[in-house]
Amino acid sequence: MNEVTEKLIIDDEPAGLFRVNRKAFTEREYLELEQRRVFETCWIYAGHESEVAKPGDYRARRVAGHPVILARGDDNVVRVLLNTCTHRGAQVCRQASGNARTFQCAYHAWTFNNCGALVGVPGDSAYSAAFKREELGLANPARTESYRGFVFINFNPAAESLTDYLAGATEYLDLVADQSEVGMRIVEGTQAYSIRANWKLLVENSYDGYHGLPTHQRYMQFLSETGGSARLDGARSKCVDLGNGHAVIEYESPWGRPIAKWAPSFGEERKAHFEQIRRRFDERFGPERARRICESSRNLGIFPNLVINDIMAITVRTFFPSAPDLMEVNAWAMAPREESPEDEALRLDNFLTFLGPGGFATPDDVEMLESCQRGFINREVGWSDISRGMHREIPRTDDELQMRAFWRRWNELITAPKIRPARKAA
Amino acid sequence: MSTADLLARAEVEDFLYKEANLLDDWRLEEWLELLTDDATYQVPPTDMPDGDPRTTLFIIADDMVRIRSRVKQLLGKSAWSENPPSRTRRMISNVRVVGHQGEGFAVSANFVVYRFRHELVDTYIGHYEHELVQRDGQFKIRKRKAVLDIEALRPQGKISFIL
Repeated sequence: MNEVTEKLIIDDEPAGLFRVNRKAFTEREYLELEQRRVFETCWIYAGHESEVAKPGDYRARRVAGHPVILARGDDNVVRVLLNTCTHRGAQVCRQASGNARTFQCAYHAWTFNNCGALVGVPGDSAYSAAFKREELGLANPARTESYRGFVFINFNPAAESLTDYLAGATEYLDLVADQSEVGMRIVEGTQAYSIRANWKLLVENSYDGYHGLPTHQRYMQFLSETGGSARLDGARSKCVDLGNGHAVIEYESPWGRPIAKWAPSFGEERKAHFEQIRRRFDERFGPERARRICESSRNLGIFPNLVINDIMAITVRTFFPSAPDLMEVNAWAMAPREESPEDEALRLDNFLTFLGPGGFATPDDVEMLESCQRGFINREVGWSDISRGMHREIPRTDDELQMRAFWRRWNELITAPKIRPARKAA
Repeated sequence: MSTADLLARAEVEDFLYKEANLLDDWRLEEWLELLTDDATYQVPPTDMPDGDPRTTLFIIADDMVRIRSRVKQLLGKSAWSENPPSRTRRMISNVRVVGHQGEGFAVSANFVVYRFRHELVDTYIGHYEHELVQRDGQFKIRKRKAVLDIEALRPQGKISFIL
């Protein structure tokens, strides 16, 4: 498919109506278009610099479906290398993670250093003068850039810079990155799971303030049982379209936050310690920003498939469709590097109350998303409604502005792609 | 192997089968009675099976407060991922008593848990590393750790029942 011939969204601002064609969730042809027009033109999160902290550290993973190696070379530069031997294709990195000077292909023993350069070809006298090692290093995505430790790749060489792309989202990445004086890090351990639903349902769900009470009743009950309050304060909450399809909700949450909002479940004995952490934030940023960093929660969606939820802990979550009705999810916890072992343990414990495949909330989200996908089989109901709060002057966190921001950008890319000039035949 | 060892293993096996049966039957209140007051229930992440929950992001790392709450939620109405409840069937084998000190027994066993829901079958394969204690002639579980062999929860997606 090259041309989209049907309407995929209805965006009727004057009437206050927004609808999404459910074929966007179910049709393979749109998945293929997304691969080319979304995942190969946008900046895609590949990992965090802290995951390869020392020269030689590497992680093999799939990013937007591509097998890649996130590697810090001996020159201390973090790169993303495409995990395929330039000789005949085998994957040169066979371990999930480790530290290595070189990646040697197991098939014919071509050897690449940890910066990607081809440094060894057994029996290279068999090659002509036209065979040049320097042209046969491991390939990279067209672009790799990072913002405050978050590494992104782009397969479009003409893409705008990462910072321009992130637009208003940088303000919210800063609110996470500023939680450390020496740099944030990804904690060991990946929550690797899948959801039998279209990936865009997880985008919608990740910053959906409307579903909190009905879907997560049992989490709210758990909060009140453990001495927390299940009351949401609407006064400081907001929902912002950050440009380029990114959006965020920010609000005062009923749960405690390891940085640095004490809750009864953390224990009386920690109260003074939390106040001390908080005072340091006051010194660094002044009371207003300190309060925002420490006490507000944020669910941030970076177009297309990165979610950073800075809530009862910080989760970095990315996902990719393997079929219209199946996505692969990887989620990690993020923490300040200087955090004490006690604070880190508390953070991870607090993470698990809500988040992840065994938490008291995420499994119910998974259930709802899978339920939506099964519901879509009723093709007679062709549209989903995302109009909530469209008439409101100041959007609320339980409105659906954030989703509309995503869908508008998605629709723009899917229906009006910048066509790259066709290559001439040699 | 001594007769005492054989007997210990037979008793542990019986206990694990009984526990599996309670879980498969969703008799979770009775299951809670098999746990000590300081029991823990852990499922490490699939990429760090040897991790420590204080420094590694786990899938589940419950203390007794959370285990009790989990059971209450699962028996209530709003744990949507288990309402209506999944059917599960547990196969437990290769049971070994790998250590014994005082009242404590370190027990290892393999498991296959089938979960049936929405006419799909998900299979969870791994092994248990339990710590049992013998009190008044009865076993209780002090540490319950389910280590998955599957490389990711794909396509299982979630561990919303007790694994």
